Amino acid sequence: MRVPAILFLAFLTALIVSCGEKTAADRAVEDGILIVGNSSEPKGLDGQLVTGVLESNLIRALFEGLCTEHPSKDGVAMPGAAKKWKANDDFTVWTFDLGEDRVWSDGVPVTTKDFLFSFQRILTATLGSEYSEMLFYIKGAEEFYKGETTDFSTVGAKAIDDYTLEIALRGSIPFLPEITKHYTWYPVPRHVVLKHSGGKIDVPFSGWTKPGNIVSNGPFTLKSWRINDHIEVEKNPRYWDAATVKLNGIRFLPVVNSYTEARMFFDGLMHITYTLPPEFIPYANNNYPDETRSELYLATKFVRFNVEREPFKDNPKLRRALALAIDRESLIENVLQGGQKPAYGMVPPFGNYQTERAVEFNPEEARRLLAEGGFSDPKTFPRIKLLTADRDVSKRIAEAYQGMWKEHLGIHIDIEQKEWTSYLNAMTRLEYDLADSGWVGDYLDPTTFLDMWIKDGGNNRTGWSNDEFEKLLKQSEHERDPVERLKILQKSERILMSELPALTVYWYTTNYLIDTRVKGWSPLLLNNHPYKWVSLEPNPD
Amino acid sequence: MIRFIFKRLLQGLLVLFVLYTLSFFLIKTLPGDAFTGERAISEEAVEALKKRFGLDRNWITQYALRLRRLIVNQDLGVSPKKNREVSMILRQSFPPSAILGLNALLVACAIGIPLGVFSAVNKNSWFDYAAMGFAMIGICVAAFIIGPLLQTQIAMRVPAFKVAGWENPLDWILPAITLGLAPAAYLARLTRGGMLEILNQDFVRTAHAKGVPPLTVIWRHTLRGGLIPSVAFLGPAFAALISGSFVVETIFQVPGMGRHFIDGTIDRDEFLLLGCVLYFGILIVILNLVSDIIQALLNPRLRDSL
Repeated sequence: MRVPAILFLAFLTALIVSCGEKTAADRAVEDGILIVGNSSEPKGLDGQLVTGVLESNLIRALFEGLCTEHPSKDGVAMPGAAKKWKANDDFTVWTFDLGEDRVWSDGVPVTTKDFLFSFQRILTATLGSEYSEMLFYIKGAEEFYKGETTDFSTVGAKAIDDYTLEIALRGSIPFLPEITKHYTWYPVPRHVVLKHSGGKIDVPFSGWTKPGNIVSNGPFTLKSWRINDHIEVEKNPRYWDAATVKLNGIRFLPVVNSYTEARMFFDGLMHITYTLPPEFIPYANNNYPDETRSELYLATKFVRFNVEREPFKDNPKLRRALALAIDRESLIENVLQGGQKPAYGMVPPFGNYQTERAVEFNPEEARRLLAEGGFSDPKTFPRIKLLTADRDVSKRIAEAYQGMWKEHLGIHIDIEQKEWTSYLNAMTRLEYDLADSGWVGDYLDPTTFLDMWIKDGGNNRTGWSNDEFEKLLKQSEHERDPVERLKILQKSERILMSELPALTVYWYTTNYLIDTRVKGWSPLLLNNHPYKWVSLEPNPD
Repeated sequence: MIRFIFKRLLQGLLVLFVLYTLSFFLIKTLPGDAFTGERAISEEAVEALKKRFGLDRNWITQYALRLRRLIVNQDLGVSPKKNREVSMILRQSFPPSAILGLNALLVACAIGIPLGVFSAVNKNSWFDYAAMGFAMIGICVAAFIIGPLLQTQIAMRVPAFKVAGWENPLDWILPAITLGLAPAAYLARLTRGGMLEILNQDFVRTAHAKGVPPLTVIWRHTLRGGLIPSVAFLGPAFAALISGSFVVETIFQVPGMGRHFIDGTIDRDEFLLLGCVLYFGILIVILNLVSDIIQALLNPRLRDSL
């Protein structure tokens, strides 16, 4: 009996000793370590091979593009790897001056060679990057990627010298600094990548991003990585603006279960959650009002129509009828509860872009359009299905649509839930009638929501196309005047919203919990917070 | 005995081969592949990726090449979704799952066996009904209810416990209880059944008649035989426990194997999924063998069959 007794006593002592101790979040504040929920295990840390938001959060801490985010203002570019930049009159050629004080974390200078190597690497199709098209703004980039030429000098990026980079674009792109904030534009360390890939440019899994191998140019460097447990980064002493960086490190926790994540926050185990499930929002608002945040996010929720199938084929009136029968306010208030905004257009309004009010809840008009669309008797409406992913929220939203269509139009639509990859697969192959979908913007320009609807575009997934719409998009790339350019894009959105290959539902918000001791974390539409401005300060008691 | 072990290991190899083959082709029939993403990928990229992973060839060639690589180099390949070697992922994830499983097994044995023994000894008493009622609840109530209950009622009230995380031994307790309750309930019922059968035997009556103290009768004469059904259950149950539980691991943020099973399936990450299946298969084969040997040691009648 002695061993169990000793064990029990040891356990009891541990229990008592640990009572009254500071929480992990308290200790981390003292140590200057920010603890952040990051949803899941990242696919990798090579910015040229990943596509997700959670990877972007990590890569943004480790690497830096030509321009970086402003800590509190949307659409303002701050110096990053480039200390300054300028464009020619029609925004078709940009010149970036790389600061000579910019070095990799191993002390090797960041030069134009790194950028040209990075551009060439991501545009080499055999690397298998899933996001190469982000660089197609560069003249000749798409042709190089598609193998029409193997000569990289035909691509419009060239080094004037080691620290001056010139980029010629396929058209007039006044928002290029915004695009360079995206991680696909970040440099990768040429000397390290080549060392681990046997001198080849197109080896995707060479291990250069593993702890011990990785070299980065951002405010932090990789400290440790344990699968499904954590990724920790520490302050990079060689970073050119190290004086601004206040945190000593950031610990990213891949907490898949959002309920667990919220409880971890309430239990003092982290400073910022990745999300906040709808069921927890009322509780958090009541009990943690200062910590609960709901901020607009550059993303649109919509339902795709398969316009190659009956009954939606060549029937924009029917599509509009379904769009007008959705009571968006009620959906947001009763189901989502996260302060989302009713989406009356595809592009969320931001900056100088004005989104026109194209669809709003109007059941009478919806019924009229349903009749005009060929279904004056709703009972004759065919049995069709709404495809959705097998996630709790998706199901609740689908049921809300189903109820509204039944109530306002008298038609019954079945719900078909599929697990994630099967859902995506069915949508890509146009094996659906209606599909619950969404899109997150990559950069602050309306084209991030409009370009996807071009004919045969991989992300279109509706079978819809319109020549006039595409003509306007092309025209916008040759418009020198930024104001006129936005007007052209507005016209293209008008076409999209009159044809409605997808009915828009709401503009997203990010709902999350944040410790009041975290400073310098302001609402940003892209939710790409630059960590170098973030600090942890104890609350005055 | 050695011949028996050798024979069972050979059978085990055959089982693993069939398991690998079946899983390989079943995964291939799933819609979509590892490169199906929310954001469409260009045909050029898909082509390059498939070539990189050897997925551009026909199924039979892929199967033959992968099997050869597995046998000759013990190489499970690289996970296209996690960009890491599968063997490295499994190596990092196995220890937390093993620790969690072992603790859950301890919880299961510590609760289930005494409960079963007391129930059998006090058959049809209020204790028996209460214990078997508890066992029924343990079997019926899912881990996704017990886990959050323990989180909110214990972890958020007692500072020593954390809601989730895997840093020190105190973090093992709540996930182990959550994972161990269902097998504890099964064990209680199996132990009760096994014990009841032995308690009705003549030699037990003789022992009582000779005046052997009741505790000694249970400890010395009946427990060994009464535990045989439980031991048979414990082999595969232990394998299931230490190979990871998706639900418990996600609720308590345990960096174990369970999540890889589910991620591998959802992501169509066939390299990771096959690695997990094979790993689980090996565990089942070995632990079933161990369970058979222990049963033989407990039951002399079985020894002749070895």
